[in-house]
Formats: sequence, structure tokens, C-alpha cells
Amino acid sequence: MAVSSSPADLSAALVLQPVAALDWLVILPVAWCLAIGAILLMIRHKSLAQPLVAVLGLAALVALDAALLWHVVQSGPVTMVMGRWLPPFGIAFTVDLTGALFALTSAVVALVGAVAAIDDINVSGRRYGFYPFLLLLMAGVSGAFLTGDVFNLYVWFEVLLISSFGLLVLGSEREQIDGAVKYGFLNLVATTLFLIATGYLYGIFGTLNMADIARKAPGLQMTAPLVTLTALYILAFAMKAAAFPVNFWLPASYHTPRIVVSALFAGLLTKVGIYALIRIGVMLFPAELEQMSLVLAIVAALTMLTGSLGALAQSDTRRLLGYLVISGIGAMLAGIAIGGPDAIGGVIFYAVHSMLVMTALYLAAGVAARLSGGFSLSASGGLYRHHLLFTALSLMLFFSVSGLPPFSGFWPKVMLVKAAIDGGSSWLAAILLLSGFLTMIATGRVFLLAYWRPVEAQPAGVPQPLAITALLPILALTVSSVLIGLFPETLLNLARQAASTLNEPSAYLQSVFPAGGAP
Amino acid sequence: MKSLIFRTIAPVIVSVMILFSIFVLLRGHNEPGGGFIGGLIAVAALSIYGIAFGVETVRRAIVFHPLSIAGAGLLLATLSGLLSMVFHVPFMTGLWVYPVVLGEEIPLSSVMTFDIGVYLVVVGAVTSIALSLEERGED
Repeated sequence: MAVSSSPADLSAALVLQPVAALDWLVILPVAWCLAIGAILLMIRHKSLAQPLVAVLGLAALVALDAALLWHVVQSGPVTMVMGRWLPPFGIAFTVDLTGALFALTSAVVALVGAVAAIDDINVSGRRYGFYPFLLLLMAGVSGAFLTGDVFNLYVWFEVLLISSFGLLVLGSEREQIDGAVKYGFLNLVATTLFLIATGYLYGIFGTLNMADIARKAPGLQMTAPLVTLTALYILAFAMKAAAFPVNFWLPASYHTPRIVVSALFAGLLTKVGIYALIRIGVMLFPAELEQMSLVLAIVAALTMLTGSLGALAQSDTRRLLGYLVISGIGAMLAGIAIGGPDAIGGVIFYAVHSMLVMTALYLAAGVAARLSGGFSLSASGGLYRHHLLFTALSLMLFFSVSGLPPFSGFWPKVMLVKAAIDGGSSWLAAILLLSGFLTMIATGRVFLLAYWRPVEAQPAGVPQPLAITALLPILALTVSSVLIGLFPETLLNLARQAASTLNEPSAYLQSVFPAGGAP
Repeated sequence: MKSLIFRTIAPVIVSVMILFSIFVLLRGHNEPGGGFIGGLIAVAALSIYGIAFGVETVRRAIVFHPLSIAGAGLLLATLSGLLSMVFHVPFMTGLWVYPVVLGEEIPLSSVMTFDIGVYLVVVGAVTSIALSLEERGED
């Protein structure tokens, strides 16, 4: 590389050692999604090639994220600084176990969604750009999970928000526009709040690099208004994650788009909010977060209760699932409120479980609606008689989301309840269990009405067999939920380890500032 | 628009504006300018062309669908970043070559190709919006 004509010697400000090939895994998931998304945008009219390219691209993304997770497990947090500038001035991508776990799970969800969309999204939906939007959404989601810079996190939030608008209005129906306006308005408020808080943060710290903030925060506790700052961030991310008083956008919008889009949103979007809350709250401002733990615990309890009670009151399966998403967010918030490695480990485990299972539930609701002619519980029934395998899969998912063993929902609930009791807030443990019980009743009601109840009037003609592309995604997700439930050791250890890195981020700091030099 | 004066002058204005947009794009590395603002100037030019001769004429003139142009830009920008992989430097590091053409040194860089990518993304995305708005206006 010729730098001869460059007048100034910049070597003091640059990363000089060559980048190891494996470290490229840090940035590749994002760059890969952008590149595939761009290619899909260019071949938008080739509606047959679209799903093929997207599914292969997302399969490669899963492989990249799996390799990244492996790399992080092997050698601890990994950092790459954009444009060679030294941190904190260059924008750093820093991946620790939490980020890698979230990224891998989101990639799996996206891959499954892309396969399910082969059936659900028709040619006009493809021409409208479902797959390019999906890939750009994944660029935003992966970027948010992998970045190590607060403003960069904001940028990735914007990327995923814009793509999600596109997915939400796919089809341009009146109802969808209505849902998109509500979704868009509240999310823009949250994003603006996030931006304001970030400006405030920059004013206080003079840096946006997360590692830099984490090492400077303890010294500024006495002089800077860090609690205010943390409160602003909590409010912004609580809106994104759909926590209790600011969650009305979710039930108002998640039932309007195509079912695959709902499934992807339920799996990906709210969890990005939870991730950001963990990253900013738990890693950067743990002391300030602790001061607000009671408020957070009350919010968490109300989120869980309104979520599961709301689910009980619904008769449209999509709306019902929207409330179950909220109830799950409440459980994760409860873990963040309790704090400590055990609880945060439970949150990370719960997030992985929730991403997989909520996506599967929405997809199952879509299949059920197609088989029985609608999402309304009052009109459907009789699935059990004709579709035994599908019914069994749905029942497993219902058990899993309620937190019954031996499915993936059981272990994080155990971790959270145990952490709550150990932390001396037994009431929160009681509400966690109560919300699981209410979820069981709500999903049991769905099973009773939509699956068990015999239909009075048989629909005309023979029951159509299920397409393999419709059943396969649900099957894959259910199997992964069962496997996680039966063999939780690996994920349990990873989640605990991830949580301890968050609570004691010295390895994270070491990865960004290898010399360990003072600021 | 059925104004003879406008229709006569429009091609001249449009070609000057497109040329100027490329000038602003290339000037952007060291002075005010760059891909984003250059792209907006190009979009303004295409919009004027559309007002003068109709949306169909613009679509024919730019050959590709505007969103395909945006996609190509995004791909070019991403690839400019990934080029660093070959040289073992971090993502998005500026890489320079200085070929001498006819005795004149011409600095070329991955920063420039990235900026051209931005230019194409802006041209594609905003033209797509502008053209569909103009189409609605014509109905």
C-alpha cells in the first residue's frame, strides 16, 4: 500500500499490526448481509431466484455467526476497528459471548423465516422486495449485536427500523398502513430519545466507544448525572423492547403484516431492545442500573402480567401471540432488574429461547390459519383430526413458551426464579411463575379451541396436505427448542459465561485497548 | 410540462447538472462535496428531466431500474470496504494507488469507490421516490 504521497505521518494513530484472518468474522456478518441485500435489490424482478439467493445467503450467515461464536469461545472478546484508526476514535466492532450468541440465534431465525416465506410471500411480495428488506434488516440486527460503539448502535437501530417499515407495509393494505403508522411513530420517538441520550452521553464522556465509557464511568459517578442518562436509555430501550407503559405499539401493529413478517419481528426486534438494555445498562452503568432496580422490577412485573392477561383476553391468535411476546419481555426485564451474573445469564438464555419459540409460534399460527380458514379462535377448530404432526409440534411450542419441562422455556425460568429468590425478591419470583401459569392457560385455550374442538361443518373438499416449506421451519425450531430443553448444559454455560463477562468487562476492555493503557 | 422554452432548455440544464454532480462527487475527498450531495444534485437533474419530458422518458434514459442502481451502489460500497481484507488491514481502511497517466499522477482510492457507491445509492433511492411521486401527480 502506497502511503508515500501522504504528507503527515499518521502511524501513531493507526492500528499497525496486520489483522488476523479470523478477526474478520467480527465484521463479515454485517458486510455479508449488506452485499447479499444489494444483490437481491438488483435482481428484484427475478422472483424465482430471490428466495434461492436469500436462503443460501442466510445459511452462509448462520455459518459465519457460528464460526464467530466459536472464535469468541476460543479466544475471548474480539475487536476490529474500522478504517484502521485506533480506538476510541475509530469505530470499534467488539464481539463478546453475548453479542455472538444473539447474532447466531437471530441468523437462525432469519434463515427459518426465509424458508417459510417461500410459501407465504407471493410473487408480488417478492417483487415488492421482501427478501432485500429481510437481508437489510439482518444487516441492522447483526450490526446492533456486534458493534462496540454507542452511536454505531444507534445507526444499526435505524437500519433495522427502516427495513422493518418496508416489511410491515408489504402489500400496502389499509390495515397494514394503520399498523405501520402506530409502530413507526412510537419507534421514532424511542429512536429520538436514544439519540438525545447518546448526545448527552457524548457530552459527559467525550467518547462513544463502549469499552472507553465502561472504564471511565466509575470515576464519574460522583460528578456526572449518570443516573439521569441511564434512565433515558432505559426508557428508550424499554419502548423498543415493548415494556409495560410504552408497549401499546406492539399489539397495535404485529398482527397486521404477513405472518412471516410478524414471526421475524417477534423473534428479532424486541430482543434487540433487550440486548441494548443489557449492553448499556448492565455493562456500562451497573451501579446506576442498580439504583433503579425497584422501578425496573415493578415495570417487569406489570409487563409480565399485562402480557399474559392480555393474551387471555384475545380471540385472534396473532394478537394473542403479540401479548405473549410482551410477557416474555417482562420476564427478561425481571432478570435485568434482579442483576448479577445468574439473573443476567437467565436473561440471555431466555432471549435465545424466546427468539426461537416466538418465531415458531407465529409461523404455526400462520399454518393453522391457512388450514382452518382464519386467525379467529371462534371460527377455527378440528386441526387435531387431520394434522397430527402439526398439532404435536404446536403443543410442544405451547408448553415451551409457558416454561414447562423438558422444553427450552423451562431452564431460563428456573434460573430467573432462583435468582429472584436468592436476591430476596420472592414476590418477583411469584409473578414470574404466575405469568407462566397464565400463559399456559392462554395457550391451552388456543389448543382447546383451534386444535381439539371438532368442527361442526366440515370444510368442503379433502383437507389439503401441508407443504414441506411450511412445516419444515416449524419442525426445525421445535426440535431446537426440545434439544435445548433436554441438553441445556452448553447453552447454560455459555449464557453464564456471557453474563459474567458483562458484569466484569475487563476482557472486553482488554480486547479494545490491548495495552491496557490509561485513558 | 408543455412549455416550449422549458423543453428546449431542459436538456442543457440537465446535462450540466449531471456533469456538476460528478464534479462535486470527485471534489468531495478533500473539499466540501461528496457522494451524498453529488447524488442529490443528480436526482434534481433527473427530476427536471422528468418534469419536462415525462417519467417514462427518464426511466428509459437511465436504462436500469432506480432501485437496481441503489443496489449496485450498496454493493460497490460494501466491496470497497471488503477490499481491505486482501491487504490485512481492518474493514474500510482507505487504500490508495497512484498510477501515472500521460505524465499526470492520478490518486485513486477505495475511499473514492466507496463514495461512488454512496452516490449511486442516493441517486437510485431518491430517484425512485421522485419518479413515483411524479407518476402519481400525472394521474
